[in-house]
Amino acid sequence: MGVWQTYRLRLQRQRWQIRAFRKRRDLSPVIDRTGAIRRDDILLFCTQRNERIRLPFFLKYYRDLGVNHFLIVDNHSSDGSVDYLRDQEDVSLWHTAAGYKRARFGVDWLNWLQRKHGHRHWCLTVDPDEFLIYPFCDTRPLRALTDWLDASSIKSFSAMLLDMYPKGRLDAQPYKEGQDPFEIARWFDSGNYTLKKNKRYGNLWIQGGPRSRVFFPGTPAKAPALNKIPLVKWDRKYTYVSSTHMLLPRGLNQTYDEWGGEKASGVLLHAKFLDTFSAKAAEELDRKQHYAASVEYRAYTESLKDDPDLWCKWSEKYINWRQLEILGLMSKGNWA
Amino acid sequence: MSGSVGIVMLVHTALHRAEQVARHWRAAGCPVVIHVDKKVPQGTFARFKAALSDDPGVLFSPRRRCEWGTWGIVAATQAAAGLMLDRFDEVRHVYLASGSCLPLRPVPELVDYLAARPQTDFIESATTADVPWTVGGLDEERFTLRFPFSWKRQRRLFDLYVEVQRRIGYKRRIPAGLVPHMGSQWWCLTRQTLSAILEDPRRKTYERYFRRVWIPDESYFQTLARKYSINIESRSLTLSKFDFQGKPHIFYDDHLQLLRRSDCFVARKIWPRADRLYKAFLTDSGGAMKRTEPNPGKIDRIFAKAVERRTRGRPGLYMQSRFPNPGWENGLTATPYSVFQGFTELFEGFEGWLARTTGARVHGHLFAPERVEFAGDQEVINGALSDSAAHRDYEPAAFLTNLIWNTRGERQCFQFGPRDNQKINWTITRDPNAQISVITGAWAVPLFRSNSNFADLRKQAAKLQRIENRQLDILRASRAKARVRIWNMAEFVEAPMEPLQTILGELGSAAPRHLNEAPKMVDLTGFGQFLQNLKNQGMHPYLMGDFPVNHDPVTQTKPARKPYLVR
Repeated sequence: MGVWQTYRLRLQRQRWQIRAFRKRRDLSPVIDRTGAIRRDDILLFCTQRNERIRLPFFLKYYRDLGVNHFLIVDNHSSDGSVDYLRDQEDVSLWHTAAGYKRARFGVDWLNWLQRKHGHRHWCLTVDPDEFLIYPFCDTRPLRALTDWLDASSIKSFSAMLLDMYPKGRLDAQPYKEGQDPFEIARWFDSGNYTLKKNKRYGNLWIQGGPRSRVFFPGTPAKAPALNKIPLVKWDRKYTYVSSTHMLLPRGLNQTYDEWGGEKASGVLLHAKFLDTFSAKAAEELDRKQHYAASVEYRAYTESLKDDPDLWCKWSEKYINWRQLEILGLMSKGNWA
Repeated sequence: MSGSVGIVMLVHTALHRAEQVARHWRAAGCPVVIHVDKKVPQGTFARFKAALSDDPGVLFSPRRRCEWGTWGIVAATQAAAGLMLDRFDEVRHVYLASGSCLPLRPVPELVDYLAARPQTDFIESATTADVPWTVGGLDEERFTLRFPFSWKRQRRLFDLYVEVQRRIGYKRRIPAGLVPHMGSQWWCLTRQTLSAILEDPRRKTYERYFRRVWIPDESYFQTLARKYSINIESRSLTLSKFDFQGKPHIFYDDHLQLLRRSDCFVARKIWPRADRLYKAFLTDSGGAMKRTEPNPGKIDRIFAKAVERRTRGRPGLYMQSRFPNPGWENGLTATPYSVFQGFTELFEGFEGWLARTTGARVHGHLFAPERVEFAGDQEVINGALSDSAAHRDYEPAAFLTNLIWNTRGERQCFQFGPRDNQKINWTITRDPNAQISVITGAWAVPLFRSNSNFADLRKQAAKLQRIENRQLDILRASRAKARVRIWNMAEFVEAPMEPLQTILGELGSAAPRHLNEAPKMVDLTGFGQFLQNLKNQGMHPYLMGDFPVNHDPVTQTKPARKPYLVR
């Protein structure tokens, strides 16, 4: 990569930082407990809108992994999630009524909060329907992973998005508050993913899975990106560029080995396809606040009319991280 | 009295764990000298020291700054070991440990073990030529170059200075009488050897030399012990596994069973928050170890595998943290597979026959333009790979590597031809896992039998011939790594059984040594005339070889005779 390219990426990074700085005005604190954050705490950053029903399990899941503090931006919810989050001792909450799209799908808001509170912390950035799985997550807390990453001088950890779905109609089993969503959506596609390298940012671009298979049968190029780098030892110089798909400086995107070996990686189990999905898809299409003119949501509502079954004969039933490791969706790397 | 083994502990983090371990050593009567890194804040150190002040058997040596790979660690060890020998007269062996070491077997066992070997020094010590574990390509150069810069903080200067010295051919003189040896930092030396090293009249000279050696903690004592020891046992009593970057593997709670079976006295390094390990080995170390048969090899295997996973990876796997550059795949695909071109055209029911004979999974044309022809006409196959041509053509190579990865353990065969997506050619041609068998020109058989408009046939034939010819260029390229076999149709039709037998023989144990059932060849009567007609129309079919107009292959005119094979 030439000097010119490096310089342009730096300019771009600074532009996103300035933008995040301006967008801070969108945010008004509901409750700010960030004073309680200690030096080594693991922080979780999240934007949410009307996800009240998911929040209890979400918070519990990440507390159990060892997240110490949650920094959440509420995008004008109307379902009582603000009241719920306000009462959680380890949550700091900001509210905004501004457009999700204008804040580049929430990235600007979180970039600002990360810059302000994330410096020198391990920061996990996920949506309320994303659940991190990493090697040995059933026996070792998240802190074991971050300590090991620190000792190995690794600054970013990738976890590809794995779409989980139920067998049969999406609305056949309603999701109940506090329930593990993967009791319902416990199936996934194990081996139909394609990878491409993004020369400019150095990240991998991963597509495939059930969304590509069912919603984009003739146009796989339009299927959503599944590559994610949610866990980063944050520095105030860093910014996410587009969702958590890629970061700047671009070295942080180098979460894969190019010489035949495997680096350690995890998976974000995606609990998107529950009974709540149809309503969400219709609402989001109405709001037009999603990526690429909501092409994804248009495809969903189009297909959902026929009530598709994402499940197929070769769907894999989720057991544990070791299964995902054997299937080649994630890797232990040299962590043993 | 078991004060005959003294423990020198180097501590820099997790002081509460170090305190626990120190008390464990003390409970067995071993004196302990602790060195705490100067990087630890004064207040923290003071609290730590105060906590252990009730025990006269625990001493603290003067604090120094210990940076990885530099002299500080050796100097700290020297001082602490000196203090140990000075203050505890009954000590016969000094054991060097770190704050994150954990004694696995009961301490009295270690004491007895050493008492039974009063003259033996346990220190891993090998000459540079004989060790594989150097990192960064510096083995002998550790001893012949100078390393004034920190590898961790001043990497660029470090690399630059090494490069400069290499360029100008600089070489340090190794002090007379020394033969550089290296090995694990964690040793256990006798009073005799250790005091000889510390009281050596030339110690100053050696120190001056080792100060500028890279990673002296792995070579200072290892080299000098060779000079004085009566009896060196070149191994470390501390179980310590290193990964490919040269940093130690860490043990967690889930390694409990593994450590129980390790049969080692001390393990490092332990994650400070591994509560179960500390609890198991510090409160009831006898009980922790005794219940199981020792199996130290298992630890070796697990960590060796981890290093291999990191450096070599799983062949044929492309995923979020393994995306090799071209040429670095270490296996383009996961397992061997076979590609057949022209066989279904020439033999009736070839796919079924092949599946029956070999037990392999036989697909149709996976790269057909309309859809992916999976075996059994399935719409989706292993891994939820769909039959959509659009998906396949989005990334043909990924489609193939996915298919082979998803079905590993079961041999895959598929048909190919000039009608199919040709973008995959280069991938399979350079894949050593691919067995490619081509009967050239066989694409003309369906045309010959199709009975459609001759002008169209002529156009089609010309197109297919052009495509296949280009494909053959790729298959015959010098960079081809696949096992490629090419026959023209005429020679194949002459003697079809021998090539078939060869191909199947390679398919492995599933294939029978004798063919009981041969596939039935299509009726080629009139094929020579058909080719002649193409010629007459100005198209020149040449890939199928020579088919005389009036000479139809004899064997084909007598159908339904069971072929016999004589071997």
